[in-house]
Amino acid sequence: MSDIPRPDLTRADTVRADTAPPSLGSRLPGLSALGPLLALILLVALGAYLNENFLSAGNITNVLARSAFIGMIAVGMTFVITSGGLDLSVGSMAAFIAGVMILAMNALLPSMGVGVPLILAGMAIALGAGFLAGLGNGLLVTKARIEPFIVTLGTMGIFRSLVTWLADGGTISLDFGVRQLYRPVYYSGLFGVAWPILAFALVAIAGQVAMRHTRFGRYCEAIGSNDKVALYSAVNVERIRLMTYVLLGLLVGLATIMYVPRLGSASGSTGMLWELEAIAAVIIGGTALKGGYGRVWGTVIGVLILSLIDNILILADLVSPYLNGTIQGVIIVLAVVLQRSKSSSA
Amino acid sequence: MSAAPERAAAPVLELVDVRKSFGPIEILHGIDFALHAGEVHALIGENGAGKSTIMKILGGFLAPSSGAVRLDGKPAPYSSGAQAEAAGVVVIHQEFNLAPDLTVTENIFLGRELGGLFLDHRAMRAGTQALLDELDSPIRPEARIRDLPVSDRQMVEIAKALARKARVLIMDEPSAVLTHKEVEVLFRQIERLRAQGVALLYTSHRLEEITRLADRVTVLRDGAVVRRAGRGELTEDGMATAMVGRKLEDIYPQKRHHAGAVALEVKGFSVPPLVKDISFSLRRGEVLGISGLVGSGRTELAEGLVGLRPATGEILRHGVPVRVGSVREAAACGMAYLTEDRKEHGLLLDKNLAVNLTLSTLARFGTPFIDAGREEAALTRAIGEFDIRAPRRDMKVGNLSGGNQQKLLLAKTMLGDPEIVIIDEPTRGIDVGTKSQIYAFIDALAAEGRSVVVISSDMPEILGLSDRVLVMRHGRIAGELEGERLTENAVVRLVMGTNEQASGSAAHV
Repeated sequence: MSDIPRPDLTRADTVRADTAPPSLGSRLPGLSALGPLLALILLVALGAYLNENFLSAGNITNVLARSAFIGMIAVGMTFVITSGGLDLSVGSMAAFIAGVMILAMNALLPSMGVGVPLILAGMAIALGAGFLAGLGNGLLVTKARIEPFIVTLGTMGIFRSLVTWLADGGTISLDFGVRQLYRPVYYSGLFGVAWPILAFALVAIAGQVAMRHTRFGRYCEAIGSNDKVALYSAVNVERIRLMTYVLLGLLVGLATIMYVPRLGSASGSTGMLWELEAIAAVIIGGTALKGGYGRVWGTVIGVLILSLIDNILILADLVSPYLNGTIQGVIIVLAVVLQRSKSSSA
Repeated sequence: MSAAPERAAAPVLELVDVRKSFGPIEILHGIDFALHAGEVHALIGENGAGKSTIMKILGGFLAPSSGAVRLDGKPAPYSSGAQAEAAGVVVIHQEFNLAPDLTVTENIFLGRELGGLFLDHRAMRAGTQALLDELDSPIRPEARIRDLPVSDRQMVEIAKALARKARVLIMDEPSAVLTHKEVEVLFRQIERLRAQGVALLYTSHRLEEITRLADRVTVLRDGAVVRRAGRGELTEDGMATAMVGRKLEDIYPQKRHHAGAVALEVKGFSVPPLVKDISFSLRRGEVLGISGLVGSGRTELAEGLVGLRPATGEILRHGVPVRVGSVREAAACGMAYLTEDRKEHGLLLDKNLAVNLTLSTLARFGTPFIDAGREEAALTRAIGEFDIRAPRRDMKVGNLSGGNQQKLLLAKTMLGDPEIVIIDEPTRGIDVGTKSQIYAFIDALAAEGRSVVVISSDMPEILGLSDRVLVMRHGRIAGELEGERLTENAVVRLVMGTNEQASGSAAHV
């Protein structure tokens, strides 16, 4: 029993059956929820002030396209973290999928020849590999009941070492002819918007809708909030958890599909530290690291904030770009401090 | 109103005209309240009457909006719980303040460890053992809190308070989680502390405990003191009337259920490791009570029946065998379980009312997209139907009072329209007014033709609600009582295992 202050039962401010549902005003996000958005706007203003090229179409496309890989992964990560999990393996997984995809396409080249079917086969293999990798992580977490941190710390090492082994310590390169055909997937687009940006936008919108308006999103929040309550409420906790890891694996596969045409190669250092950038973006965006509350649009803003800092430092020549990590680190810590002061004042 | 008994001694700790507001709402309206050395002062009132707020102000966790807190006649020299403890004012919260991964000793000496650079483990262990011996408690000092049952944790809290040399001990419903035997031990300790001159504040929803323990009683209603009395001046009935503010009619509904066809049959049902070989049947329109001591396997049986625990045996619905391996399968068979632990298993405390209400039946609110309008409509209906009183619809459920949480949990359970409802401890930690409402809901469920199983440690509740009672002991059915044989005496005998012949009465199933 909690004797939280409760007004007199007969008072008018007590909600009764006949009162109307909350007005629109109470549904708008509070100021604290808008914090990341304000930070993003400030960063854009700062960038525009420091360099007139900052707002050029070329620069914006460049920033967004580079954000897209981390962004798609971070959207998937939002679901994993919201349901109380964590995935440290995504960077290594991306490198591994890239390696497998390139090797497979090179191997299929003699039989299929350079053409769209070969590219599509490569994409299918990337998605399939992502699915399997996510399934592996998810099964270890749900069936073997091992802490997500431990599971994905393990698979992070496994994927990283596998791609290094596949590359024999060097670089796996896509056949030159195939690369020419595949390049436009990164460098070209629709109506002047690059494909990776489009893919990121679609993933973000679908993610936001899934989190807010579907059972899957609601269950993720419920499980992260209290998995016992979810279990007692007829939620298939294990299946939802498994699905978050599989979803993340698929999104890593999708990000890899967009990433491979950029360089046409994979090595032991591909996707290095992506997992931390993705987790950082999720946290900056206002999703609770302990789970229970997910904000996909916040994650998107988090990704943009991280890549804008990078971009501004390079363009502005104000501080050494080598200090990028320092500034990002400060922002991550600040974001969590702000979240905490928000929750303690609530 | 009668005056409190006059005492020569000045109060140790007192509130003088204390008011407290949260935002625009004043919830304490000028409280005068005093604790005297060597006295147990009971503070009673319905949930939301302001008991917890008063305890928090006394314990230094909240500051009053106006008025004074006086320790030994001087303004209290503390502004936090830790400072209050240092001044000898110790609060034992309902949610224990123990580190689950540390041992009993480590908890008792937490923050004031003995030793210099290195900890003096031996001295701390000896100190803990001495405290536990004083309490006649068999708890081992090196046991981890995590591994202890709730009642033992309560004992550790009391030992911790003793170790801090409490002059004022404030206990927030300490008996709520204890068995009868443990309550006895608790009472002995309280009496001993009183004899030593400690000033005690005691709260409980069990009025017979108040009658037995309290030297003074203060009754709160809606944030104001409505009655003060000395020992023996108020009957239990008088207390309840003062709390509720109206004459209490019989809070239990008239029993007038007409049992219909058999809706559920359970045969040879076992839930390892505790529950063995349970068989019973349940009719439509019937309230079946399950009584027994804490730990007799009642909750385990219920959780086994709805697929929350692995179990063996047969479950027949309307004579047809069904397999129940999960809560979803149980729901598909029209069975629902309302947990005894609404905070840990029942409700998402940091989510709002609608999210909680619809969680277990979300599929009915739209696929693939959840229809927020339908959720709001369902909440409006539930608020009306179950009289849920929430200051705001979008508030977190954790900020609702216990009674309203329980009503919401009941609404959530009933949203799936189950034919068989198993309700575990329907009124734990709930005030008298809400209790009678919940009894009326349970009665209405049976009258609608549903089958209700009520598991309860509260004897009057079991007797007042049930058409038939199963008593469990050590994981087995010790007996079944119905009709004229259903008396308090008979149930208690079965619960305690003092009447073996009574199990013969199960034969008519």
